[in-house]
Amino acid sequence: MATFDVPEDEAASSDHPGRAISGPGMAPTDVRDPNYFHKVVDCQWACPAHTPVPEYIRLIAQERYSDAYIVNWRSNVFPGILGRTCDRPCEPACRRGRVEAEPVAICRLKRVAADYKDDIEGRLPRAPEAPNGKRIALVGAGPASLTVARDLAPLGYELVLFDGEAKGGGMIRSQIPRFRLPESVIDEELGYIYGIGGIETRYGERVESLKGLLAEGFDAVFVGTGAPRGRDLDVPGRREAADNIHIGIDWLANVAFGHVDRIGERVIVLGGGNTAMDCCRTARRLGGKEVHVVVRSGFEEMKASPWEKEDAMHEGIPIHNFLTPKAFTHEAGRLTGVLFEKVAPQFDDNGRRRLVPTGEPDLHMPCDDVLVAIGQENAFPWIERDIGLDFDEWDMPKVDSTTHQSTLPGVFFGGDAAFGPKNIIWAVAHGHEAAISIDLHCRGEDISQRPPPLVNLASQKMGLHEWSYDNAISEDQRYQVPWRDQAITLNDVSAEVELGFDRDLAFRETQRCLNCDVQTVFTDSLCIECDACVDICPVDCITFTGNGPEMELRQRLNAPADNPEQDLYVSGELKTGRIMVKDEDICLHCGLCAERCPTGAWDMQKFLLDMAHATDQPACRR
Amino acid sequence: MTHIAKPRFRHPKLPVNALGFTRRDYEGAVSTLCAGCGHDSISGAIIQACFELDLPPHRLAKLSGIGCSSKTPTYFLGNSHGFNSVHGRMPSVLTGANLANRDLVYLGVSGDGDSASIGLGQFAHCLRRGVDMVYIVENNGVYGLTKGQFSATADQGAKDRRGGANPDAAVDLPSLALLMGATFVARSFSGDKAQLVPLIKAAMRHRGAAFIDCISPCVAFNNHAGSTKSFDFVREHNEAVNFLDVFTGRDEITADYEEGTVQEIVQHDGSVLRLKKLGADYDATDPVAALAYLQSHQTAGEVVTGLIHVKAAAEDLHARMETVEAPLSSLDEAELCPGADALAAINAALR
Repeated sequence: MATFDVPEDEAASSDHPGRAISGPGMAPTDVRDPNYFHKVVDCQWACPAHTPVPEYIRLIAQERYSDAYIVNWRSNVFPGILGRTCDRPCEPACRRGRVEAEPVAICRLKRVAADYKDDIEGRLPRAPEAPNGKRIALVGAGPASLTVARDLAPLGYELVLFDGEAKGGGMIRSQIPRFRLPESVIDEELGYIYGIGGIETRYGERVESLKGLLAEGFDAVFVGTGAPRGRDLDVPGRREAADNIHIGIDWLANVAFGHVDRIGERVIVLGGGNTAMDCCRTARRLGGKEVHVVVRSGFEEMKASPWEKEDAMHEGIPIHNFLTPKAFTHEAGRLTGVLFEKVAPQFDDNGRRRLVPTGEPDLHMPCDDVLVAIGQENAFPWIERDIGLDFDEWDMPKVDSTTHQSTLPGVFFGGDAAFGPKNIIWAVAHGHEAAISIDLHCRGEDISQRPPPLVNLASQKMGLHEWSYDNAISEDQRYQVPWRDQAITLNDVSAEVELGFDRDLAFRETQRCLNCDVQTVFTDSLCIECDACVDICPVDCITFTGNGPEMELRQRLNAPADNPEQDLYVSGELKTGRIMVKDEDICLHCGLCAERCPTGAWDMQKFLLDMAHATDQPACRR
Repeated sequence: MTHIAKPRFRHPKLPVNALGFTRRDYEGAVSTLCAGCGHDSISGAIIQACFELDLPPHRLAKLSGIGCSSKTPTYFLGNSHGFNSVHGRMPSVLTGANLANRDLVYLGVSGDGDSASIGLGQFAHCLRRGVDMVYIVENNGVYGLTKGQFSATADQGAKDRRGGANPDAAVDLPSLALLMGATFVARSFSGDKAQLVPLIKAAMRHRGAAFIDCISPCVAFNNHAGSTKSFDFVREHNEAVNFLDVFTGRDEITADYEEGTVQEIVQHDGSVLRLKKLGADYDATDPVAALAYLQSHQTAGEVVTGLIHVKAAAEDLHARMETVEAPLSSLDEAELCPGADALAAINAALR
């Protein structure tokens, strides 16, 4: 493939990897840029931890559940937990959702790997007998800190995990209801991390001073304290009716730890995020007969994931939109309800939305209890402001987005504590990056020099028309995960609602995966322009045509390429002066182009990208 | 061959024609020919042409003989009528079918062996009779099914895969078609759909015998240096006489060409063939000049392509024989057996 002199700043941007800008036409795609093919694997690209999704889905199809689990464990540390609770950014990204109605049930297949694996403890890393002499403090035992511990323990680091609670897990244990995530799964997966060795847990010990912690002589400190403060709602009546108004995440934690087991029959949940969905469903199980969710915004704009909203509504919980809480009504010190103002969205010239009162009469909804789930905030009262650790205007620590280091060298942040509330999979991704930084820091190396991912691209050709992956395309619709009987789940807060796929359903769901990591790789010099690939392509994504500027080129392909998020794979000039243009948007990766290619100009090659983790760094560098 | 079925998933923005069909609705089974076979591209062009013409698939009959080319009707128009006949005998079957029901569009698909060797006589006669059809020869110059011996259309001096030269003179099917009075004669190349698709569309809208010689490289046995039917040779020596645009009823005809650069031909059904002249001042309506042009350029080693000849006001076999317009199957007993009085009248007329 021809190379072009491209100014550094114009070369492959992160939005369009492998693309160089040159002259009036498009330059050949540089597939040596690992980001190019990585982006084609939509699910892996969207996953903050870049889990090789199609790889583990194929392993599940082969009933190699343990192998699938290990692939997950390496990337995202908590396959069993995430397989039930992940925010699954992979699924909206899934190519299948652009080809038919629903994406592959990636998240629930992850759970399948966890459910049906054999004993995998023997395959997990162990800390070396001799520690390397470096001690790291991990503040807050949530998913971010646990990931750091998982990555650093096998290298001989001594890790000290601090948490105010009696058990580790952080928000995984305190905020996610048991009917979504049994405690046994948390204990199992935390056990795998503790089992590596070299990890001391100082649970029940809340760190009250960073200065004091630093004085203990740790080589590095990682802060993974999450976003522990639930936002309150300061409207009239809040103080007077305080006994029956609860902060959502605190209330969930009290339920999780067994301090609360009842709630009034009529409950209003304020807020439209996933915490609100957990609150309303938990309330439904603790005696709440009429549970209502009330949200300021519209249904579509709610922060909760669509499937969480569906699950709540499935349990008979109505969601009311465009209502702003105005006051808590009370009588003799007892909450009687909530007064709402009706609002409607209005857009200004910049397209920004504002909620303005409609002028209709206010709505009063009577209730016995209110759960306030309108957001979470960070809180760092235990970090002194005079130790060289700078905070920004929103009172958040200044943290480097790549290295996760604060302005105080040796102190790192990750998870919700770093950049505000996100979710478990982001915390894991942060933990991996912070672990790399801590390892580099402790070895006295430049933490800005990040190790590259491991990339492998290998042909899958096994015979004339045989591939080492199953290239037939299943036309099945997405399979629904079986649920436990509602008569049981609504009366038992710890009865898990989802039963998980059985092996047969799991297999059928795996077949919906399009194997996007098996890439269509084109070699210009072999092409004889016979059109066989164009004719066979079921989704018309290949065109041979004259070169031109991208936006113009997109208009004259065999099928319109009107999803600019998805790249065009462009060859160099062929014998007839034309170029090959492939729209990556809805390629099924069925391999028919390569099967019908007489010269092997098309080949199906598996692209495997493993993100660098501290654990994998070669020993010789140490 | 490909073991998996072509997935039914299609591009969500794939255009639909007036019948509400996408191009994919005109497909057939997955091809069992060699990967990269030119014939598959021709199948693709036929699919595209039928889609663009809004042709109801059940109004088309595809007929073929024996050979790689004659297998291809399985791979397109899976909802059309089909007849896979004896080697070289497709023209007779097609003629018979056409006589029985003139309401269908007839597409004969044949190869150089089927039409220029065993079926040469049938080829010649169905053209001179003016059977209303599209006759496509998928011409690769070799017998692919029997491992690549020279066929009757292989050029004299062309090399086989081991370097041996063909000693015999070639049958030039377009020249023969002109001599036989075909009213639509074209040549194209499987590797050039931009040229081939409009030619197929125009041929389908032509009343009378329409013949397209389509050079179709055999990737297995005839795509090497020294072959005159290879991708490279045809691309290097392609001498297109014109470029065709076809305007059917619902298209708006736009005219912004310089005087003398375009030849417009209106066919009997109102479809307009606009021929953009390329290079030499070529007149596609003059069969005698066309024959001379073909011969002289082929002698010079060029592969003449494009719409070589068209006669707009052509008549077909039915017009010559004054046959009944309705398909025979729609006639009832009374019409088919008019009775003793009618027979007596006919006999009397002959006395």
